[in-house]
Amino acid sequence: MPNSLILLNKVVSIVGQFPVLAGVSLQVDAGEVVLIEGPNGAGKSSLLRLCAGLLPVSRGDGQIFGFDLQTERAQVRRHVGLLGHSVALYDELTVRENLVFQIKAARGDTTRIPLALELLGLTGRLIDTRAGSLSAGQRRRAAIAILVARNPDIWLLDEPHASLDARARNILDDIILQAAASGNTILVASHEPDAFAGRTISVSGGVVVYDTAMDATPRAFKGPDTADSGEASMVRALSADGGGYHVA
Amino acid sequence: MWRDALLIAGKDIRIEMRSKVVINQMAPFALLVLILFAFALGPDRTPLINATPGLFWVAVLFSTMFAIQRSFSLEASEGLHDSIILAGIDPAGFFIGKLLAIASELGVLEILTAVGIIILYGAHIVSVLVLLSSCVLGTIGLAAAGTMYGALVSGMRLRETLLPLLFLPVASPVLIAGTRSWQSGLVGSHVSAAPWLWILVAFAVLYICVGIVLYGPMEDM
Repeated sequence: MPNSLILLNKVVSIVGQFPVLAGVSLQVDAGEVVLIEGPNGAGKSSLLRLCAGLLPVSRGDGQIFGFDLQTERAQVRRHVGLLGHSVALYDELTVRENLVFQIKAARGDTTRIPLALELLGLTGRLIDTRAGSLSAGQRRRAAIAILVARNPDIWLLDEPHASLDARARNILDDIILQAAASGNTILVASHEPDAFAGRTISVSGGVVVYDTAMDATPRAFKGPDTADSGEASMVRALSADGGGYHVA
Repeated sequence: MWRDALLIAGKDIRIEMRSKVVINQMAPFALLVLILFAFALGPDRTPLINATPGLFWVAVLFSTMFAIQRSFSLEASEGLHDSIILAGIDPAGFFIGKLLAIASELGVLEILTAVGIIILYGAHIVSVLVLLSSCVLGTIGLAAAGTMYGALVSGMRLRETLLPLLFLPVASPVLIAGTRSWQSGLVGSHVSAAPWLWILVAFAVLYICVGIVLYGPMEDM
């Protein structure tokens, strides 16, 4: 396994005719937890989707887990799990059925499902409740349970605390720390205070503008009024299974 | 491929059994088409019986679009679409799985529609084997072509209007061959069913092969 699981070198990604990433460079090692900060529309979600092999690399080059993001996207996808804004649940299936389907589809270990459900507090009648009948927070917990049960090498979490109550947020933070301790690499795009990340990067205008691993002096975010300058910079750029979780 | 196909088909059929879209929406639609045509053709039974094979396949064809749109709406949300891609499901397996689920839903619909035709139109069956053969082959062909075009338009904003525009002309060989073979099996005309059944076979094989080969590249478009 390569030491740097995520290697991006001046990656530009264009969706439609719009550059969603404008020359991102990033290096993340195995076992790191990286918090991605930035204003709305800065490119945080796009950066995560690029790392998942879901966005095209228009310029530059990138490798995830040693696989090229341009030519080996299928191999990249097998090693990553993405928790996006929209939860990946079928409304007509129960929580258990959703987990079994997702884990089987990913060729994961279905024996991890009971532990993941228990860890996220999805017990009792909730397990056999249809996902469409769950609250937003419960749906979010079920989506996190899928990720925990699947246990990919790289976790990409986009606003993972959204819809969660205080207790569930603490559980999620514990899960992230334990996963990192088990060797998983985790990228979290969040507006939450840095509770677990050892490293923080700031994204603005589709590029990484600050990285605690590279620069000790934090730069202020560009506010909404300066968002245009970010877009301008995009245009210029156009030229283990051993995850041992413990229920608290 | 087959493992993923069975997983996808099992999931889609389970969802269909819970949501009952076929029973509650597609079947009433197909029966309504039969009843409206009966009104349109008037009280004389002769033109009605002559038109029965075509009416059956028109009803099935229109219902197929319902089934396709419903099938691809299951993964319409960004989260589910991404999760299917990230799970590493074999695209050919996904295609076959969707095809099997749509075909099984259409099979149920065809049974209900055929019963409706016998009751409403008083149709007389000459050869059950011919009718069954054309139904099975035509359904597989429609499901295969429908899955291809359903995937093609699933990410587009105008998918509801684009699908009929793309799919109906392509499906016309099934409509023609299905109608001709049913004329042989239902009304007992002197038309031989064999060449029409071979057209249905060719259509189904062509779209299954195209789907298996092209579904992966289409997914990354």
